[in-house]
Amino acid sequence: MSHFFEDSMFAGVTLSLVAYFIGTLLKRKFKLGIFNPLLISIIVSIIVLLVGKVDYEIYNEGAKYLSWLLTPATVCLAIPLYEQRDLLKKNYKAVLFGLFSGVLTSLCTVFVLSLMMGLSHEEYVTLLPKSITTAIGMGVSEELGGYVVITVAVIIVTGVIGNIFGELICKIFRIIEPISKGLAFGSAAHAIGTAKAIEIGEVEGAMSGLAIAVSGIMTVLFASVFANFI
Amino acid sequence: MKYIKQFLIILVISFAGELCKYILPFPIPASIYGMAIMFTGLMTGLVKLEDVRHTGKFLIEIMPIMFIPAGVGLVTSWGILRPVFVPVCVITVVTVITVMIATGKVSQGIIRWEQKKIEKGEVIDEPLF
Repeated sequence: MSHFFEDSMFAGVTLSLVAYFIGTLLKRKFKLGIFNPLLISIIVSIIVLLVGKVDYEIYNEGAKYLSWLLTPATVCLAIPLYEQRDLLKKNYKAVLFGLFSGVLTSLCTVFVLSLMMGLSHEEYVTLLPKSITTAIGMGVSEELGGYVVITVAVIIVTGVIGNIFGELICKIFRIIEPISKGLAFGSAAHAIGTAKAIEIGEVEGAMSGLAIAVSGIMTVLFASVFANFI
Repeated sequence: MKYIKQFLIILVISFAGELCKYILPFPIPASIYGMAIMFTGLMTGLVKLEDVRHTGKFLIEIMPIMFIPAGVGLVTSWGILRPVFVPVCVITVVTVITVMIATGKVSQGIIRWEQKKIEKGEVIDEPLF
């Protein structure tokens, strides 16, 4: 069976997408955050790989084409942003100060918790860029001397957590304005959070896309300062 | 034809983003440069909205599934992640919550404060662009 899997270009991706689709059905039926299609798809795919003793590299032979689409898709996030340009012009202060607060909060939270848990300098700088998009975060981690592989893993986990619990967090803390919701998703959970913000609404999606770029760049600027603290 | 043209424009901009990344010394990925180029193109009218909209919306809609391979890839980093698993989990969960509150509350506060100023009839200063 794993022989066939090795030769098949479509087995892995098809399985992941079927799991994703089942996830959307479960989500619609039970309306619970934990039935997150992305989470279900990742867990089911991992279980199948482990049970079938299939290497991730073999799975990724087919699945990498999904990842390949990420750059063009991120480029396209400028389209909803352009459609909301009047809203952006009117609220540029809220956008800039909101994202600035988010970036500082991210760096401060990582700093305080790392201090409390006695992490080493290398572990600390590995986690510093955890809230931003993978491509920028990897660069920051490498530059500061962190463990890049862990940074990537943590960034993805952060995104998935934001994707699953973002709506609940907004509800509990009464973040109601569509602009603010979008910015919150993008600054806390980068592109994976944005995927959820797009489902919530057009304004949310547009602002979340903007937040990926702005928060990423702000983090590049401030992370090197914070790196000196531990 | 329509989709070929749209996909072509999107890919050309992605490629332009790669070129920027290659030429410029900043730690910014091709996708972010591309996003800026697309936005500038739309704002200046060099790229027409109708020439990218359908394919763009399609790519954005299927974006969640593009993260599945990276998520499944966590299976390969489990060995490295295990020794720091507890602190990483705590920091990850807490940060998601604090950042969402900070960004959400600060921006929402400013939006509502400016709305109040408008209601009172005060003049709002000129927009940035």
